[in-house]
Amino acid sequence: MTDALVGVRGRRTRSLVLTTVIAAGSIVMILPFYWLIIATTYPSSEIFSSPPNLLPGPAFFDNLSGLLTETLFGRAIGNSVLVASVYTVLGLVVCTAAGYAFAKFEFRGRGVLFGAVLVTLALPSQVTLVPLFQIMVTLGWLDTYQALILPSLAMPFGIFLMRQTMLAVPDELLQAARVDGAGEFRVFSRIVLPTVRPAIAALAIFLFLGQWNEFVYPLVVLRTPESFTIPVSLASLQGIGTTDYGQLMTGTLLSVLPILVLFLFLQRHFVAGILAGAVKQ
Amino acid sequence: MRRCDPPAHPLTKRPNVNALLETIDERPATDRRRPPSRRRRSSIGHPRLTPYLFLLPTILLFLAFKLYPYLSAFWVSLTQNVGGVTAFVGLDNYIRLAQDPLFYTALGNTVLILVVQVPLMLALGIVLSVAFNSMLLKWRAFWRTTYFVPIVMGLVAYGILFRALFDSGDGIVNEMLGVIGIGPIPWLVDPFWAKISIVLAMTWHYTGQNAIIYLAQLQSIPGELYEAAQVDGANGWQRFWNITMPGLKPALLLTVILSTIGTLQLFDEPYVLTNGGPDNATLTIGMYLYQNGFRYFDFGYASAIGYALTLIIAVISLIQFRLFKEKTR
Repeated sequence: MTDALVGVRGRRTRSLVLTTVIAAGSIVMILPFYWLIIATTYPSSEIFSSPPNLLPGPAFFDNLSGLLTETLFGRAIGNSVLVASVYTVLGLVVCTAAGYAFAKFEFRGRGVLFGAVLVTLALPSQVTLVPLFQIMVTLGWLDTYQALILPSLAMPFGIFLMRQTMLAVPDELLQAARVDGAGEFRVFSRIVLPTVRPAIAALAIFLFLGQWNEFVYPLVVLRTPESFTIPVSLASLQGIGTTDYGQLMTGTLLSVLPILVLFLFLQRHFVAGILAGAVKQ
Repeated sequence: MRRCDPPAHPLTKRPNVNALLETIDERPATDRRRPPSRRRRSSIGHPRLTPYLFLLPTILLFLAFKLYPYLSAFWVSLTQNVGGVTAFVGLDNYIRLAQDPLFYTALGNTVLILVVQVPLMLALGIVLSVAFNSMLLKWRAFWRTTYFVPIVMGLVAYGILFRALFDSGDGIVNEMLGVIGIGPIPWLVDPFWAKISIVLAMTWHYTGQNAIIYLAQLQSIPGELYEAAQVDGANGWQRFWNITMPGLKPALLLTVILSTIGTLQLFDEPYVLTNGGPDNATLTIGMYLYQNGFRYFDFGYASAIGYALTLIIAVISLIQFRLFKEKTR
């Protein structure tokens, strides 16, 4: 047997071992999702049966209808969809506009303002919980959509991301548009925004996901069950003495499902969003 | 870079052109009433107010919901609510904090979770990223997705899920361990295992995200470096320590600092998984702040905890930053 053949053999074995190890780890990552799906198909009393259920049961629709009729979870879904969607749209407007100003204009106060953005990026937001609660009390905004949407609209990370991306848009492009008589807003909306579309998609996902999953702050400013978002609603379902686990698991699945579907279709943008936040320019 | 724009006419830099232009006014007659100097444009050709208009929503939101709350929290941390009246008490809240055993419990728990979970997660992330980057691995894109997908799950959702998985009686984790003769482990009811549960849950949730970040950095390391090392007879282990790890440094610094800041603010997981228990074994600083602020409505004390947390985060991040800088030298 020649050396070359040993090399190929060794390579094949190593490839097989590596793939097997990664596959085993992958099963660990996926198993909780699988268990969650199985759990939604059993009544509360059978979820923790021993030996554990490994195949789907018959109770999914019972759990679903119980969840939607006996609790306010349906309402929470509506609240979350509305809040996360409006927040995403407005957040994109605010962050792209601010990022554009920082990237493509020179003006007095730019250094200070951008410095403020960077500082808030590093400060723990928990410090603002008490003052934000007090503001919302003063404004009478407890339990309102605007209390959830407004405070984090000017998201430092979003502004930072948009600025970094727009730095790469050539000035000549903007100048050419201005010479052609385009107004400032037109330059922004017709020239700049289309060129940074991938980053906008990444930021949109980032904003939506962030608001969809946000927990502490909504927990503080939402006081009545009618105004709860999905995470607050789930936590309250779990908190009550007689937790119906079938319903709780169904609610948990419903909270993940839209994001999961979004993820599978837009994985590229998800990854771009994560990397944009992490890899330094 | 010019720090200050002169308010003069934008074309003053080229006076001859300027003079020329003023004689040829091409604007329609209706526009001529306004003298050209009124159209304030900076040298890059946009009205001077434009950047401020684009920033206006951000500035307003920032003042109302960031700057004011941060300043207000500091003021509140110097006050106490006595019988419905807010009174200035100086540093009393901070003095109380420095003597509060429960705060030290929370700090200790948080730091313990930090020093166990972050290195574990980042080490796994590095190993995974190297595997994802290896030609030896088959169906790479598929595996990558499966490790990355937990990140889409909200913190509350995965907290609830893991609470069920880690159920000490008939949770699936104990059932599976039982098959190989281990357990049952008192996951969420024992002070030690409750911490382990949180560490495991967080590792499940965040490892893939870090692996993806490292993978992006790995792909920026030039392949020639590995080829040259191979020619020089370096084995896989040596290539990893001498090429891969140094190449990963920027991403490593960033993930260490981000994970540290995130973990020091840990709230959702212990709130849902263990509610800080048993016996405050998983009480974190974030939870302690929340409890004081919104269970006991002691806003002054909660704000003092917030500022203490800020200080801790600043100091630790700074130390990490310095350490990395020294190692790079």
